[in-house]
Amino acid sequence: MSVESAGRPLEAKVVFYNDPRIRSLFFQLVLLALIVALFWFAYDNTVANLKKRNIAQGFGFWNVEAGFDISQTLISYSAASSYGRAFWVGLLNTLLVSGVSIVLATLLGVMIGILRLSKNWLVAKLATVYVEIFRNVPLLLILYFWYRGVLGLLPEPRDSIKLPGNIILNTRGLMMPMPVVSEAFIYPLTALVLMVVTAIGIILWAGRVQDRTGIRPKVGWLTAGLIIVVPAIVFIMAGAPLSFDIPVQGRFNASGGMTLAPEFVSLVTGLTTYTAAFIAENVRAGILAISKGQTEASQSLGLSHGQTIRLVIMPQALRVIVPLLNSEYLSLTKNSSLGVSIGYPDLVSVFTGTVLNQTGQAVEMVSVTMLVYLTLSLLTSAFMNWFNRRVALVER
Amino acid sequence: MTTSAEAHFVRQSFNEPMPPPMRTSGIIHWLRTNLFSSIINTVMTLFILFALYKIVPGLIDTLIINAVWVADDSKACVADKVGHPVGICWGFVAAHWDYFVFGQYPEKLRWRPELFFALEVIGLAWLLVQRIPRKDWGMIYFFIVFPIVGFCLLSGSETLGLSIVQTHYWGGFLVSIVIGTVGIVVSVPLGIILALGRRSHMPVARSSSVVLIEFIRGVPLITVLFMANVMFPLFVPEGWRPDSLLRVLVGVALFFSAYMAETVRGGLQAIPRGQYEAAQALGLGYWQMMIKIILPQALKIVIPGIVNNFIGLLKDTTLVAIVNIFDFLKVIEASLNDPVWRTSGMPFAGYLFAAIVYFILCYGMARYSMSVERRLATDHRH
Amino acid sequence: MKKFIAAAVVAAASFGLVSAASAGTLDNVKAKGQVVCGANPGTAGFGVPDQKGNWTGLDVDYCRAIAAAIFNDPTKVKFVPLSSKDRFTALASGEVDVLIRNSTWTMSRETTLGVIWAGINFYDGQGFMVNKKLNVKSAKELAGATICVQQGTTTELNLADFFRSNKLEYKVVTLGTSEEAVKAYDSGRCDAYTTDRSGLAADRLSMSKPDDHVILPEIISKEPLGPLVRQGDDQWLNLVKWVHYALLTAEEDGITSKNVDEKLKSDDPEIKRVLGNEGKFGESLGLSNAWVVQIVKGVGNYEEIFERNVGPNTPIQLTRASNALWSKGGLQYAPPIR
Repeated sequence: MSVESAGRPLEAKVVFYNDPRIRSLFFQLVLLALIVALFWFAYDNTVANLKKRNIAQGFGFWNVEAGFDISQTLISYSAASSYGRAFWVGLLNTLLVSGVSIVLATLLGVMIGILRLSKNWLVAKLATVYVEIFRNVPLLLILYFWYRGVLGLLPEPRDSIKLPGNIILNTRGLMMPMPVVSEAFIYPLTALVLMVVTAIGIILWAGRVQDRTGIRPKVGWLTAGLIIVVPAIVFIMAGAPLSFDIPVQGRFNASGGMTLAPEFVSLVTGLTTYTAAFIAENVRAGILAISKGQTEASQSLGLSHGQTIRLVIMPQALRVIVPLLNSEYLSLTKNSSLGVSIGYPDLVSVFTGTVLNQTGQAVEMVSVTMLVYLTLSLLTSAFMNWFNRRVALVER
Repeated sequence: MTTSAEAHFVRQSFNEPMPPPMRTSGIIHWLRTNLFSSIINTVMTLFILFALYKIVPGLIDTLIINAVWVADDSKACVADKVGHPVGICWGFVAAHWDYFVFGQYPEKLRWRPELFFALEVIGLAWLLVQRIPRKDWGMIYFFIVFPIVGFCLLSGSETLGLSIVQTHYWGGFLVSIVIGTVGIVVSVPLGIILALGRRSHMPVARSSSVVLIEFIRGVPLITVLFMANVMFPLFVPEGWRPDSLLRVLVGVALFFSAYMAETVRGGLQAIPRGQYEAAQALGLGYWQMMIKIILPQALKIVIPGIVNNFIGLLKDTTLVAIVNIFDFLKVIEASLNDPVWRTSGMPFAGYLFAAIVYFILCYGMARYSMSVERRLATDHRH
Repeated sequence: MKKFIAAAVVAAASFGLVSAASAGTLDNVKAKGQVVCGANPGTAGFGVPDQKGNWTGLDVDYCRAIAAAIFNDPTKVKFVPLSSKDRFTALASGEVDVLIRNSTWTMSRETTLGVIWAGINFYDGQGFMVNKKLNVKSAKELAGATICVQQGTTTELNLADFFRSNKLEYKVVTLGTSEEAVKAYDSGRCDAYTTDRSGLAADRLSMSKPDDHVILPEIISKEPLGPLVRQGDDQWLNLVKWVHYALLTAEEDGITSKNVDEKLKSDDPEIKRVLGNEGKFGESLGLSNAWVVQIVKGVGNYEEIFERNVGPNTPIQLTRASNALWSKGGLQYAPPIR
């Protein structure tokens, strides 16, 4: 080694094509070029194809009269409404079915997850059988089972099952009385809101007293009384501004009241029973992740089995469970698109089904639908991440 | 110890024998701890036993004793015409067996899909059964040789003297398995590439992988299938006519690649940094490091994850029926439309059969994945 | 090994991408050696495959007629089963050469979907089917009823129109395919099922108790059904159009699959033109001059096709009615071949 070279920092002498930085740059340029070329290829062909086949483009259809009816609408909609309105109807139906199913699936899933760990051998085994069956059968089959199998067992409208409370059950669905409110209903409603706010204030105050003195004032009865009694008095004073629209048997079927269509019921039942099996597994995994010492410690403190689960195990298990639940909720929302196979008018059915067919504009319809689901996924993830942080904060 | 002198008490007689301990083994003990440990448990146990007593005999009656095993048409399965109560009409499944398995695949050529099934089983066994050696050859067989041979078998090739069978004749279980196989054969390598891309230091590779993975994971499979069905033909020049099955295969393979990528990423993250550093210290390049050091370890960890993905894939193949591919479930539905077989009980037989087949396949794979997990867990215990 | 790989590559090409330069559809069809038809997978009498993949139906025979005209072989066809939802995209994207799948000719479809109709092979109208038990005699009595309909059809729009213009309330259940809609109606989900009357006749057969159902007298729409092709290829459009007219002309001139050989000897100038003994009508379409002979030998004339698939002697039991020749009081009319 010569004296001169000792002064300079040693630099690896590599040929330029072996230099990692140049290689990386070159590779990325190639990749970028490929991606751009692919997109350009698709774009160019699409434009050429659409032009050649004289297919309309753009969102000009959005305000055009749709001309078809939809079986379940949360907002007012008729055949005279626009395609844009039909889009919102479909989206709201998707949100409704996902929301309801998420709540029910969580309740059922947590219950079954806990039952799987039951000390009763029979109960635990039955829960296991449930989980294994519903996890290992395609969701589509489960939907067919509820829709075609169970629907087939319901009676026709003229032999409807009449349940107490003016509820009618037949192949057309479950018909219930619908509450109808008059304008004066605003008074009891306001009273209710005010009382709930007051009750929350009282509970917070009780919490502060407990922090200070260690003794919690008994406010349970007081708050319950405030929430129930005061609005009830206002309700009677306002002249009972509430009536029920009761379903009445007509020539074809009962009219009036509120109807839960079989499509909606079977989709909710299918999504709930399917997703609950996965949630149950997550709950079980979360509970098993808590060390046995926690259970033993809480038992030695004299807590009952239920209290142990509610106060000691669950709060800790939630930290494991919540991120897992997030992905279950996401897939449930995406799975709700299977409603198209049993005639539930969700976004996919209304928009990529009927609207796509009437307008023929495949690119616009499929892109909009995908964007909606992407947004829903991102929103669900954001909410669950927020919730996850809240659960994690409990740790001190 | 001065007090020791006072300790002069010596027992003169034997103590009374204590009662024997509760039995800690045997049936009685098991029943007592597992079924009747408390009042609530006893009530629940009795309730469940009663429910089972009410349900199970009827179920066995319907499924096995009263079931009709052979039938030429629906008449054999109608209680009024046979004169005794009738359970599930398994005769419907028996009569359509070939159609359920092969769809409209020409009868004389059905040895070809049969051979395909056999080759598939060999490949899967090679990769998944621990005792069979040479997993590297197994990989080459399953991911390169088998797809080519299987494709030539099913589709035919005039050079090899096999007559061409167009894809619209394929159907039933065969199509479900083809979609599942293509899904796994494409999504594993593509998923590995995407996972490596996501962990790459190159911004372009990383961001394009992230966008692709997150986009696909954010949308339902149905919309991807719709896209493959109605949009993909617009993306290519007019003269190319992508086959309808091929389009669905592309959609399914892309969709599961994104999920596979996330599974593989989990494996890559589980490999300690030391492994990467050691490989680099040995002077291995990126690909050498990945192929020789990192991936073999990472893939081994994620085998259960891959199998779970495959369960999801198999269940989701049923969705292709919505875009008019005649898969296993769709051919069953199509047979239910046959006027000869139309009675109210028939759908139960069809759907129940489908459910049993899917359950056996998925549950089998799930058990396998659990056993691998258990084995891996012991591997790490020193 | 090399040969093996080459075989695989060739097979892969034939499997995925039937590459064809953007020549005319007829040249593509001739190069492939078969006509690719979009067909209905579930309407008996019009298009339905059996378990072995043999297709039957009026629309299906039209497809075979085109193949017979081009290749002198009615079996050189490939049927692609399409649901009503993806039929037009399949045609527009080039997946099929011609769509013959009881599709209604409407203005908006022709002006926005990039497709064009080549004729009307069946004059139809939308009707309703109800269970006899309900004792409904007219569609106007359906106020408050629940009605099953298939998604993505003109039927869906006509239904809304009918109830809107008659100011009646109703509930709709929209199913993805006609099979699903029929199944839902059959299981009692709906009071009535609506589709084209030809479809109703076919679907009634697939009910678990066909005799329990009646078709109501009202026809609430015009449903001209016919074959359609992509816009921008007039040669192919002409070919499909004139195959349809050839079937009608053959019936008009009494040329059937049984007597066509005798008719070839006929001195009647009209028959000589039609059968290609005079003039070059086939060549002007890019076919051989014996094209009508090929069609009639392959599938028969319009009457034979009708009687074989949907006529009174079939389970569908439709009469010619509007679909009789113009000379017999119907609407089927072919411009002269001259």
